[in-house]
Amino acid sequence: MRARPTLGRLVWQQIRYQNTIFWRTPASAFFTLVFPLLFLFVFTLVFGNDDIPELGVTTAQFYAPSLAVFGAVSATYTNLAITTAISRDEGILKRIRGTPLPPWVYIAGRIGSATYLAAVAATIMLGVGVAFYGVRIFAVSFPSVVVTFLVGVGCFAALGMLVAAIAPNGDSTPAIANATLLPLAFISDVFIPPNANAPSWLSVIADIFPLKHFVVAFQDAFNPGVVAAKPSWLDHFQWDHLGVMALWGVAAMVLAIRYFKWEPRSGERTGRRRRRRREPVSESA
Amino acid sequence: MPAAIEVRDLHKRYGEVQAVAGIDLVVKAGEVFALLGPNGAGKSTTVEILEGHRPRSSGDVTVLGYDPETGGRRFRERIGIVLQEQAIENQLTVTEALRVYGSMYPHPRRPAELIELVGLGEKATSRIRTLSGGQRRRLELALGLVGDPDLLFLDEPTTGFDPSARRQAWTIVESLRSLGKTILLTTHYMDEAQNLADRVAVIAHGEIVAEGAPDTLGGRADASSLISFRVPSGPIHLPAGIEVSPGPDGVIQVRTPDPTRVLHRLTSWALDRGISLDGLTVTRPSLEDVYLELTGGEE
Repeated sequence: MRARPTLGRLVWQQIRYQNTIFWRTPASAFFTLVFPLLFLFVFTLVFGNDDIPELGVTTAQFYAPSLAVFGAVSATYTNLAITTAISRDEGILKRIRGTPLPPWVYIAGRIGSATYLAAVAATIMLGVGVAFYGVRIFAVSFPSVVVTFLVGVGCFAALGMLVAAIAPNGDSTPAIANATLLPLAFISDVFIPPNANAPSWLSVIADIFPLKHFVVAFQDAFNPGVVAAKPSWLDHFQWDHLGVMALWGVAAMVLAIRYFKWEPRSGERTGRRRRRRREPVSESA
Repeated sequence: MPAAIEVRDLHKRYGEVQAVAGIDLVVKAGEVFALLGPNGAGKSTTVEILEGHRPRSSGDVTVLGYDPETGGRRFRERIGIVLQEQAIENQLTVTEALRVYGSMYPHPRRPAELIELVGLGEKATSRIRTLSGGQRRRLELALGLVGDPDLLFLDEPTTGFDPSARRQAWTIVESLRSLGKTILLTTHYMDEAQNLADRVAVIAHGEIVAEGAPDTLGGRADASSLISFRVPSGPIHLPAGIEVSPGPDGVIQVRTPDPTRVLHRLTSWALDRGISLDGLTVTRPSLEDVYLELTGGEE
């Protein structure tokens, strides 16, 4: 006879089992881990790996950290939103809800697994950058890289769960996740280096959202000029960027908890209820 | 022994729809209890309230001594739920799924033992993706049992099964009964309720319209029997005192609360005259007849 499993053990088990599922789903593994590498490969092929004149860093030194962030965000935001919504549609979340597993343990397992995968994606990107494209990593800014990574990943995991919470069903989630992430990535210095000719309102918009703060904090930590100017490792923490991400993360978490559903919305009963509530709207329209 | 499930005056409304309108129910520990009812009668809603999946609007509900709404982890450790059409993580193998779900319970049953019980031996290390529909349902049953529950909820356990798979599922339920498990099952198969359940309740329009052992449900035990037969054409004078009514296709029907006496008179009358009573049958109203009558024939 065994005793009641401890919460720590349960969380650990959930992380492991979510990881197993991820590795056995080739499509999501490809998009999260390989896809960002293709960008690095293509960008260095097209632009060469010389210094980008405005920035004073090589193409790879700019893109490896940017794409590491992009991979981490795919692993958390996009991945969590899509897989969680699909699991809800399939009734897996409802099945979990009928077991003694505390609901937060299941969510923690998903987020823990996504964080691990984000770390794998970022490590692969930086590792390939260092091994093949002469990317340099600086010890003095590395603590900032780790903290920025954790705050950023937490923020985008919360946003991913929020999308899963409010998406009507699993079919629409990839569209919602990509339609929000990709345009933002284009104005957040992920794919296109900062450009003095771009209209300033574009960068104001980008500054509102968390992605650019994640990217810029990462890029700075890999920029030899910036690193040289800050001799102490403490100087590398960029509290403004971290603060914006933390704010978004906490707000998303509160809303995700508020709106999260464990049962499919397309279910017979819920479907009927929704139609009934909509009726007055369609009549007045 | 205390009751496993006690429900008093349960109500559930969705907006203006009264899904459950005052249900009283007692399921004793160790009993196999079947809820019968047409779709939309309130049986799934009732079961989901008992499982803790859904809050009730009013009424008292006690399941294994817990209020399902607030029983939380300790309550769920003692129940098993087998819902219809509910996915299991496709990427896992049968054994992995049983191990992962088992790890959530204090006293899980061993995967190998459960696989044996539901007859999935040859699929133990296969991905769930590769299982047939019937194999998947059997795995769902195994998952319902993984925490070694005291109370098992079975939502239409054999819907979509072929006859041999149904027999197999029934055998499993029988073996659970012999282990002393309490089972609450919903079904719309009469023969399933008849074969498995100690007691049956029929739900229609959110209320229980009849409750009892399958053999006595809705006054079945006392109901009149129907004797039908054919006689050769031509004028026939049946013995006096037997009221007949014409059935379809020239069949003669006799409805009687006392089939023994009536049959005796009929057959001696026929033997005396050398008449044969073709297609002679005696039927009692089936559970299905009772059910259709109680639920107004809707399905």
